Parts: sequence; C-alpha cells; structure tokens
Amino acid sequence: MKEIEASAITQAIAKLCQEANFTLGEDVLSALKQAHRTEQSPLGRETLNQIIENARIAREERLPLCQDCGTAVVFLEIGQDVHISDGDLYKAVEEGVRRGYHQGYLRKAMVSQPFSDRINTKDNTPAVIHSEIVHGDRLKIMVMPKGGGAENMSRMAMLLPNQGKKGIIDLVLKTVDEAGGNPCPPLIIGLGVGGTGEKAMLMAKKALLRRVGEPNPDPEIAQLEKEVLVRVNALGVGPMGFGGTTTALAVHAEVMPTHITSLPVAVNLQCHSARHKEIIL
Amino acid sequence: MNITSPISSKVIEELTVGTSVTISGVIYTARDAAHQRIIQSLDNGDKLPFELKGQTIYYMGPSPAPPGRVIGSAGPTTSRRMDSYTPRLLAAGIKAMIGKGSRSPEVREAIKQYKAVYLATTGGAGALLAKSVRQIETIAYEDLGAEAIMRLTVENFPAIVANDIYGGDLFEQGKAEYKRG
Repeated sequence: MKEIEASAITQAIAKLCQEANFTLGEDVLSALKQAHRTEQSPLGRETLNQIIENARIAREERLPLCQDCGTAVVFLEIGQDVHISDGDLYKAVEEGVRRGYHQGYLRKAMVSQPFSDRINTKDNTPAVIHSEIVHGDRLKIMVMPKGGGAENMSRMAMLLPNQGKKGIIDLVLKTVDEAGGNPCPPLIIGLGVGGTGEKAMLMAKKALLRRVGEPNPDPEIAQLEKEVLVRVNALGVGPMGFGGTTTALAVHAEVMPTHITSLPVAVNLQCHSARHKEIIL
Repeated sequence: MNITSPISSKVIEELTVGTSVTISGVIYTARDAAHQRIIQSLDNGDKLPFELKGQTIYYMGPSPAPPGRVIGSAGPTTSRRMDSYTPRLLAAGIKAMIGKGSRSPEVREAIKQYKAVYLATTGGAGALLAKSVRQIETIAYEDLGAEAIMRLTVENFPAIVANDIYGGDLFEQGKAEYKRG
C-alpha cells in the first residue's frame, strides 16, 4: 500500500495545467515542422510557420499557447494499491485546477447551467475527470486542457454493423470536411470504435493522449489509421481551413468489442494546440 | 499589404480573397454575449457601446494579462457563433470582422451588400498575435469578463482576406484548389 497525500495531487495538477498551456509537446512540434516541410500551399506553410513560432513565444514567455485555455480534462489512473490520505481525491483535483488556472493567468472558460444561466464559474472548475483503477501502487495524472473550437466539431454515430470500415471512414471524412477551419486544423483525430456510445467517445478522447503519430499496436487498426489519414489529407481543408495538403497530423484509433447489433463510432477532434501533460506519483 | 483600421471603403475595394494584410490602428473585441447586447441596444434604440460606423470587430476574448503585460494570449474565436448577429451589425455600419473559420451564406451575402470584409487569422496563435497588441481598454460590458468589449490598438496584426465584397470565399477556394480524389 502506498500513501499519497491529497495536497500532493493538488500541487501536481496546478503545475500540469500551467505547463500544458505554456509548452507544446515536442512530438506535436516535430509533427508540425514535418508538415511545414511537406505542405503544398504557400498560405498553408505560412500558417504552420505562425503556429510553430507561437509555440516558441508561449514557451519562452510563459504565455498560454491559446487564449482558450480549455476545459480541464483530467485522466487519473489509480493503482489499486494506492491510498489517498488527508483529503478527497476529486476535491484535490478541483483545487489543483483552481490554483493552476489562477496562478498561470489562464482564461477561465467554464459556465454554470449550460442551457440557461451560463454564468462563468470564474475558476475553470468543474474539471471533467475520468478515473480508472489499474494494477500497481502508482497514481498517473494526465491533464488535457481541451479547447472549445475543436471539441464543438466532434461527432459520434451509432452505425449499422454492415456499414463496417467504409462507414467509419465516411463518418470521419464528413466530420472533418464539415468542420473546415473551425476546429483549428491541422488536427489530431481521435477515433473510438466499439463498446457503447459513451465508451466510444471516451476511447476517442483518450486516443488523443498518445504520442502524435504513434500507431495502434494492432496492425489492422494501424492500417485503418493510415488509410483515414491519407483520405483526410486529400480533403483539401488545410491549415486553418485555408486550403492545403495538411488537414490532420495523425489519426489515433482505439477499438474494443461491441454488441451484436452495434457499431458505435466516435470522432473527437483535437486542434493543433494539442496540449496535455502527465506525471506519475 | 499594410492597412489601417478603421478600414476605408477605398481600401476595402482593394481587398480580395487570399490577400495577406497587416492591420494597424483601432479594433474592438466582441464575442457572442457582447453581440447579443449590441443587438438589444439597437432594438431598443439605446446608446451603443461604441460608434459602429466604419469599425472593425475582432472575435476575441483574451486570457488575463500577467503582470507587466498589455494582454494575455489573444487569438481569434470561431466566427460562426456570431453569424446570426452579423448581418444586423453590418447594416448598422460595421465594415470589417476578424475571426477564424468560415461564415454562413447569409453573412457572405451581407458582406457583399454592405461592402465589408471578413479577415481570418490563425486560431491557436494567441501568444504570437498578442505581440501586435499595443494598448487595451475595456469600454463596455465589464461584467462579461474576457467577453467584454475592449478597444485594442494594434500594430501589424496579421490576417488574411477570407470574404470580400466580390463574393469570394477563401475557405471554398482553398479547399477546391487542394482537394484530391
């Protein structure tokens, strides 16, 4: 049994919220630089150049990469041999988000009652927390500030089983094409297939945490990712929707078994400001 | 092309889809909540937060300014959230809008009709775009926080003409040019 103090979790989350907003991962940055080399549209290249330069300024000056500092999506992988002492785990997470967004001069974006009052909660809480019990005695915390522009363009569909692979690809293409410049391409596309409706979307979201371009270990799924990426980049949407050959940097798919009657497919779009940071306690 | 905001009618005639511009001068921030209130004021004949005629609106709500800075991160938000309000504001005299993403057919039509321009800039480049902001002053709807109306003085703010008075659309044209298969 390992003891982890709730206050250590708060501290870790506060730091991760800030680091994620100031520093773009080197995997994302190198994918953007690669895209800059291959993009055929001059305007597309100029746009990628601005995005790369923006990451440098944000890192060096500790300014948020984007004024939309996102919903704080927090993934917790809790070892079954971990005991949280001196406090409530979820409260510790919320307090970490509160402190991180305050200390980092991050924009607070959460509003109360989504279909009526919409009053800003002023501290970016509540966070969206996904927790999972895993083997071992460690606590892994991943913080993903998720911008609204890309999240708003996410889609899901309960396909008929006989729509198969073609149905999956068509849904992604339709989603990305209709979204155009709104979700701030070049995108990372999270694709969740199988399970149930809510599970498919969660898989799609979690797939975004993978290193950019790292294929699914299953060769058939990796092949699907590759095929979808080629087709998406043939749409012509391009960086910021201005036209070009780079609409997505990567497709990350997660797949699980499903019900005999079902083919749930979820597409979670991630903008080029693909922010997430993690720590293991 | 270097342009000054407010943008003159003569310059608007020269702005065609795909032209890169750098904007210097005065622009006003407004997002959906502020748009809603401006429309209410127009409906009720109340005093407007600023004289709309000829002005430029930037769809932006910045992150808080850290100590010693003019502004935090300051990139564009998705323009389509403003689409339902935009024709009314163009009729009231707004001449230019800066944001990200494409506009509705109604907005594109209104841009032609009222001889205005829509400029797109790079979403998620808020740290870079903040460098062009020299001065900031909240002038209305302070209770909206980041969504209040602010008067910005900008210098060499980069953008690209996305919808012009001739009916051109950067997003459609760009996609058509690079679409394969």
